[in-house]
Amino acid sequence: MLSIKNLHAEVEEKKILKGINLEVKAGEVHAIMGPNGSGKSSLASVLAGRENYQVTEGEVLLYGKDLLDMAPEVRAREGVFLAFQYPVEIPGVSNISFLKTALSEIRAYRGLPPLESREFLKLSKERQALVEFDASLANRSLNEGFSGGEKKRNEIFQLAMLEPKLSILDETDSGLDIDALRIVSAGVNKLRSSDNAFIIITHYQRLLDYIVPDFVHVLYDGRIVRSGTKELALELEEKGYDWLKESLQETSPAQQRVI
Amino acid sequence: MNNVGTALYEEMIRTFDMSGASHTKETASLAHLRKEAFRTFKEKGFPTIKDEDWRFTNMAPYLKDAYQLQVPVKVEATALEALLDSTAVEEWDAWKLVLVNGQIDYSLSDLPEAGLLKISSLKEVLGSEEVSKFIGLHQNTDANRLAALNTALFEDGLFIEVAKGQKAEKPLHIVHLYTADVPSFVQPRHLILLGRLSEFTFMESTACVGGEAPVLVNGVLECNLEEGANLTHYVLQRGRRGERMVQHTQVYQARDSRYDNVTISLPETDLIRNQLQVALDGSGSECHLYGLYLPSAGQLIDNHTVVDHLQPHCESNELYKGVLQNSAKAVFNGKIFVRQIAQKTNAFQQNNNLLLGDKALVHSKPQLEIFADDVKCSHGSTIGQFNPESLFYLRARGIGEALAKELLVQAFGADITDRVSSDAVSRHLKKHLLERPVTQLQDVPHIEHI
Ligand SMILES: Nc1ncnc2c1ncn2[C@@H]1O[C@H](COP(=O)(O)OP(=O)(O)O)[C@@H](O)[C@H]1O
Ligand SMILES: [Mg+2]
Repeated sequence: MLSIKNLHAEVEEKKILKGINLEVKAGEVHAIMGPNGSGKSSLASVLAGRENYQVTEGEVLLYGKDLLDMAPEVRAREGVFLAFQYPVEIPGVSNISFLKTALSEIRAYRGLPPLESREFLKLSKERQALVEFDASLANRSLNEGFSGGEKKRNEIFQLAMLEPKLSILDETDSGLDIDALRIVSAGVNKLRSSDNAFIIITHYQRLLDYIVPDFVHVLYDGRIVRSGTKELALELEEKGYDWLKESLQETSPAQQRVI
Repeated sequence: MNNVGTALYEEMIRTFDMSGASHTKETASLAHLRKEAFRTFKEKGFPTIKDEDWRFTNMAPYLKDAYQLQVPVKVEATALEALLDSTAVEEWDAWKLVLVNGQIDYSLSDLPEAGLLKISSLKEVLGSEEVSKFIGLHQNTDANRLAALNTALFEDGLFIEVAKGQKAEKPLHIVHLYTADVPSFVQPRHLILLGRLSEFTFMESTACVGGEAPVLVNGVLECNLEEGANLTHYVLQRGRRGERMVQHTQVYQARDSRYDNVTISLPETDLIRNQLQVALDGSGSECHLYGLYLPSAGQLIDNHTVVDHLQPHCESNELYKGVLQNSAKAVFNGKIFVRQIAQKTNAFQQNNNLLLGDKALVHSKPQLEIFADDVKCSHGSTIGQFNPESLFYLRARGIGEALAKELLVQAFGADITDRVSSDAVSRHLKKHLLERPVTQLQDVPHIEHI
């Protein structure tokens, strides 16, 4: 589904991503972990098409199509969804009518008519229930005055509505208490299927108890320096990122790339 | 005197000299006021860009047409009715008062029985000392020369009086229709009096029908609020190319009174100049002024507001927002005076602008003059483009760039339309925002502003 090859990107002439390689197949869940500032959000931003990032090398293919060549809205219509680490507040844009617009745009791209109001309402009720998203929030301005946790839930509610192929969750767990984490994870697990995939960016292993990944990658200084299965996450949790930094100093840069 | 609009200026003098005959039934004090007002106008003539208050608003190009001052209305009733329908506010239970070129048209109106809410033509009451004493009370200054011209020459308009202690049973929708087959200069004059502890809500809609000829409207509305009175005032300004509108609104507030104004100016009219002036002349009074202006290419919308804190313990809130497309121009000038005696004043003012066109231009100038020392005042002005974070968020959900920008324009405006307490009116205003002539959104390579 997604193929990232030797991806280099910079922002304001600062090199952030320094050669990322990643293959994601339909049905898989990949976790990306790593210390703060290692480039996790940057990777998510480059995939979603944030314009202040310049890709200097490498390629990203989605179902064989050049993703980097597409405008952000086209990527979304092709099935990419980014659950933002810091969702913006947009006063004056109603949450629900924004979602209706988004869904119509995506459906139009696929040659489908917009949902009838009644169908849309039914779908949105059902998906709100899935992530226990408060109906009163759905009718408010987009994220305006929402708590951190409410914003994150809203991201997953949107994900549930738009049914993307590739979902990238950027630290969705931060700001969620244990109960909310359980609910949101259960929602995500219900949405998992054999033809969609998830990239779960997280700083903590905790989330991965609920959404069990097929692969875990460690991003450090713009590179994936370790890849493994869910046990790698446990090891990281136990030993901390300092252990990682120390152990990396012992290996040569050439070796780091090969993983 | 200057040489701007000379022919029109001469015409004004001729008209004034002959106007005595049609004003014979008026009070002596009004006759005196008209003379004084005309002297004010005559001395300096039409405003030019050399006047401080008109620096960025050049009337000269709009004063060249061969305007006629007394033009009979010659539009078919069906055309008027069609236009009237377009101004209807759905699901708003309100009385309706229609004026065509400043004259009440009773056949198109729907008014309450004469009672505690009194509605008539202004001309009918100009012989009354009680009423005419409120005319032209607070504005006969050099800077208000066009209002003075209206004072000198107006023939008619609207008079509303809400009796002491009364709450008008329903709001009133005042629809101003303008029509011109030949260049027309119209000077409507309206007066609204609110008795002690009375309450009244009204909306003014303007629309222009028929003919391509230029119309210059030089209107004055005066509102007098006695103690504890409460006035809510919505304005929706729509027009067509060739229409030029100068609207002076004077509000005078006694103690504990409250005035709320929301003014939306839509694209298309050549020029809109609003002069909203509020005098807070009783302690405990407050006013809330909100405005949204959306000029389009080649158009200028100018809002000059004055809030005068004349007494202690008053509050004023002001938020004006503008969306400028293409080569649109806007002026915002907000004066706040806090007089020496006006301690414990709260005065806030903000002007935010969204510039969408590469030749769009906005002059934003807050002016605070504070003579008291124990006050809370703040003001601010911003000129910006779309927040890139918001734009990216919407696009990342599949919404195309143009539509995303459109949503952000709506959101920017909702900040103003949401201030309207009537849901029906708020919906109506939002609908007009959606239907305004299509925005030509472009990337802005550079912004000029002062
Ligand atoms: N807009 C930006 N301008 C400059 N530096 C940036 C910008 N965005 C991110 N960075 C830098 O890129 C690096 C990676 O950041 P980020 O991708 O947010 O890391 P993570 O999500 O792993 O914490 C950090 O050093 C951060 O300071
Ligand atoms: Mg991050």
